[in-house]
Amino acid sequence: MSKILIVAEHDGAKLNPATAKCVSCAKAIADAEIVVAVFAADGAAVAAQAAAVSGVTRVLQVDHPANAHALAATLAPQVAQLAPGYSHVFGPSTTFGKDLMPRVAALLDTPQLSDVMAAESATRFRRPMYAGNAIVTVEVAAGTQLVATVRTASFEAAPAAAAAAPIEAVAVTAELPTHTRFVSVSGARSDRPDLQTAARVVSGGRALGSADNFKILYDLADTLGAAVGASRAAVDAGYAPNDLQVGQTGKIIAPELYLAFGISGAIQHLTGIKDARTIVAVNKDSEAPIFEIADIGLVGDLFQIVPEIARLVSSGK
Amino acid sequence: MKRILVSIKRVVDYNVRVRVKPDGSGVITDGVKMSINPFDEIALEEALRIKEKGLAEEVVVATIGPADCQQQLRTALAMGADRALHVLTDAAIEPPVAAKLLRKLVDKEQPILAILGKQAIDDDCSQTGQMLAALWGRPQATFASKVEINGDKASVTREVDAGLETLEVDLPAVITTDLRLNEPRYVKLPDIMKAKKKPLETLEAASLGVPLQSALQLLKFEAPAARSRGVMVKDAQELVDALKKKGLL
Repeated sequence: MSKILIVAEHDGAKLNPATAKCVSCAKAIADAEIVVAVFAADGAAVAAQAAAVSGVTRVLQVDHPANAHALAATLAPQVAQLAPGYSHVFGPSTTFGKDLMPRVAALLDTPQLSDVMAAESATRFRRPMYAGNAIVTVEVAAGTQLVATVRTASFEAAPAAAAAAPIEAVAVTAELPTHTRFVSVSGARSDRPDLQTAARVVSGGRALGSADNFKILYDLADTLGAAVGASRAAVDAGYAPNDLQVGQTGKIIAPELYLAFGISGAIQHLTGIKDARTIVAVNKDSEAPIFEIADIGLVGDLFQIVPEIARLVSSGK
Repeated sequence: MKRILVSIKRVVDYNVRVRVKPDGSGVITDGVKMSINPFDEIALEEALRIKEKGLAEEVVVATIGPADCQQQLRTALAMGADRALHVLTDAAIEPPVAAKLLRKLVDKEQPILAILGKQAIDDDCSQTGQMLAALWGRPQATFASKVEINGDKASVTREVDAGLETLEVDLPAVITTDLRLNEPRYVKLPDIMKAKKKPLETLEAASLGVPLQSALQLLKFEAPAARSRGVMVKDAQELVDALKKKGLL
């Protein structure tokens, strides 16, 4: 039987939906006992949310003042402290999990699978390589403890449970380093939906031409209740902040609707959106590669089309 | 000596459209252009800039792989690295093994910084830097978009899902680079000539005392499910109508 430890991602108050997606991945493994670990300064609220995810059998609440900020160097020894006895240790393939999990794997001297998109059994998984141009089936020897990050776009979040799982407090016995210190985080906190979990995403490329011009996308996003994304080219040019980047090295997303404006469709961008249910592309260049994968394409000037879509949607036409 | 260790990986060039072999045993690499992993080029550029500011004295570039990797080491020397280490092996090296081998090089070189790309664009693992930091027992600052060295500390700005996070780390430390950290310099012809005279040391991987075998078996490579071309509409009204028909608006 598999015993799977999942490292919860949270912001101190709220459980990140990526965690419930890790639970779904773990549930794909037959007869798995699923335990979620919450590392926080005061994790009571987050632990309660984790306990309410269907499939979770137990929650470990690891409170420590050093856990006020999620530092891989501080968290990894704590995860390693809990890991003995577990067949798998999962985290989300977000910047949080990508930073932390390899450090855990090295402390445990186990292999790691990054970006798991399917669990076929306790030892067999599928993951993308080469910017998603190859999907590889990987087998790990039975009995090998495995660390993995879960590609969140490949899994639906596990639903709420009928009854909450028990929560158990665990004391930190691992020695924690002081060589790594949190200074600050600056993010554009907005009222818009989160890019990684939004049902609709409005995204822009280099053709927007300036940060000011990006405003028309924000307006359309607000009309649609959508999140805003950007191509690498647009972020590199300074038209949009880094946390909006979608693609191989940015965020991998799976919205119901992805609207791409002025994005040509480099393979590295397409790998970030190919799990979207419906892709709409608007581009001046009828030869743009994005039209090869778009469900609906429109050749034209985005500066006319974007406001017009916003107008049609808000007027109900 | 204040030294920076940079590790680079030879990968299929960024611009190559990678295709899976018909028999599913891997991807086609015959006759395909190979280059330094783009993130590793950024790592090297950052190391060179730190040295040029007088904050380090030597930049050592290392790679792990078969004899062909010498090409990429020579390119790195032409960019400005002072010397190169080639851990020679024909084995497929997984990140935990790469990290253990790099740990041996850290013992040998005693750097103040190890700078690596945040991921290799072939296996897309994004593991080696973090693993090296764990094995070394030192700080890690991953996905860096800004690095400032202040004495025996570094302030590193990281690209994270929430935006930009700044950490302070004690040196020595491991840094992994994100795309916007810098723009790597172009190599000039005289530098290529000069690079031929720079020291390149070869170390047999098997001699470093690290077991090289893989823990993971890659059973099958498949092309991703293709998305097919959809419909073209002629204006915004038709677009909105099409979305309504699909129940998306």
